[in-house]
Amino acid sequence: MAKIDTPPKFLDAGEAALVVEFGREVDPAVHARVLALDAALRALDLAGIVECVPTYRSLMVHYEPLLLPRADLVARVRAIESAVHATPQSNALWVLPVCYDGECGEDVGVIADAAGLTSDQVIALHSGATYRVYMYGFAPGYCYLGGLPKELAISRRATPRPPIPPNTILVAGGLSLVATNPMPTGWYLIGRTPERMMALRREPAFLAEPGDLLRFERVDRATFDALDARAAAGDLVSRKEAAP
Amino acid sequence: MSGLRVIAAGPGVTIQDGGRHHYLRFGVTVAGPMDKTAHALANRALGNAPQAAAIEVSLGGVELEAQGALTLAIAGGAFDVTRDGRALPACCVVNLAPGQRLRLRPGAAGAWTYVAVAGRLLLEPALGSFSAHTRSNLGPPALAAGQDIAVAARAMDLDDSAIETDWPQAAAIRVLLGPQDDYFAAEQIALFLDSEWRVGGRSDRMAYAMEGPLLVPAHGFNIVSDGVAEGAIQVPGEGKPIVLMADRQPTGGYPKIANVIGADIGALAQKRPGDALRFKAVSHDEAVAARRAMAAQLAAPVRLTPVLRTHFTSEDLLRFNLISGATAGAD
Repeated sequence: MAKIDTPPKFLDAGEAALVVEFGREVDPAVHARVLALDAALRALDLAGIVECVPTYRSLMVHYEPLLLPRADLVARVRAIESAVHATPQSNALWVLPVCYDGECGEDVGVIADAAGLTSDQVIALHSGATYRVYMYGFAPGYCYLGGLPKELAISRRATPRPPIPPNTILVAGGLSLVATNPMPTGWYLIGRTPERMMALRREPAFLAEPGDLLRFERVDRATFDALDARAAAGDLVSRKEAAP
Repeated sequence: MSGLRVIAAGPGVTIQDGGRHHYLRFGVTVAGPMDKTAHALANRALGNAPQAAAIEVSLGGVELEAQGALTLAIAGGAFDVTRDGRALPACCVVNLAPGQRLRLRPGAAGAWTYVAVAGRLLLEPALGSFSAHTRSNLGPPALAAGQDIAVAARAMDLDDSAIETDWPQAAAIRVLLGPQDDYFAAEQIALFLDSEWRVGGRSDRMAYAMEGPLLVPAHGFNIVSDGVAEGAIQVPGEGKPIVLMADRQPTGGYPKIANVIGADIGALAQKRPGDALRFKAVSHDEAVAARRAMAAQLAAPVRLTPVLRTHFTSEDLLRFNLISGATAGAD
């Protein structure tokens, strides 16, 4: 990626949070710059930075201005920006088992109708793609993915549905999402993984880092049930591979 | 084992420490006290770490019974506080003999108060924090009648005392404009800053709704989700601003016209539904100066005035209650 990118905007969200904004739309090149800055700032481990929150288009830096003045933080970010090539850095590729059958994928038919495809085509497309972890949000461990095949772009529901089962895979608005705890949602249910994106007693508690790659591997209901029992007992049931 | 038995608890009474930090990037809400200064004061009055876990009491009120001898500190809004029916100052250090009951109910002013214990509450941490975030079931559940909270009590040689408070008198809630103030035309920003607002009835630990004129962004109500800081004032579709508080989600997709400065979030939190307020724009330098003043206040020694009696006249309460000048209710 060329280094002719426009410089980021610095926006204050109060005196203790700085938004470093690279764009205002969803764009993989913009997201790559967000993740590159996030990684560089974390590597620097500056006194005064509390935590960084990557999103599609900006990095929010929560900081203590009494330890790290705003001007110093901005200067650090500018120095990083002029040195870092915003090439997507993926540390890992996660392969998650997913059951698309029956109630696990209760909206596969709806998605197929909206797309003019068969259910098998929808499942083949969803499980054939490689996704990138864009960000977490909405609720703990809710993992937003870029890379959904455009054939599967479907608008959100007009009204939210009642809470989803745990560890459901959702699609809507051109994105896919791996959920954790049951919550109401306006998205569509395409499948369910036995893996836990968040497990409080596991180290690390969260499976994937923003920027990691992720693929889905289709399993049948019996395999799902067996893996779900193992995951409930604390086992990791996904595979971690080196990023290509 | 010492402990506190919950005799009664209204909705929204929870355990809070300094908050669940470092997991925002995984979608985890920070939570933590609504009024950080008051929470820290209650802890500091007992020599605890300022961010130790304490009980945050909502307008629902709470009644607790000591299991074993305990020393507690209370600091926050002007709640009515009684020990076995006898009035105490709203902000105080109080010794409880086994079986004695402490009751906190909404008083003259304020929406939150804190009960810290000398020693520590024995709780299981979740992701390194004891803060309750009830929407995501992280941390201890909200207090409920019949529950026992185990305490590793530390013996204190403190008399029952009033805690002298010097809360800032918030004439206006100070804000920094942005990060999406450019989504609003100049007259919309003027409308925001010149209007009187009232705290809406549906306000809670997640957000305080503001009732007043409707604000209309120039570029629509939807932005691509970005980070949300505590005190962010977002303007969703119906045009009613919402101030995002301790239990906010880590990211959001509505334009944010301004952000309440750190030093004034506690003062805003202490407003009750129906209370009026105004917003005042300040510079980043002014916000940092206010933050520095708040940090200095938090580092200053806690001033205690021993209370030899357990029965107070309304004049006594008037003297102790430095928040609003109103009485906290005589017994």
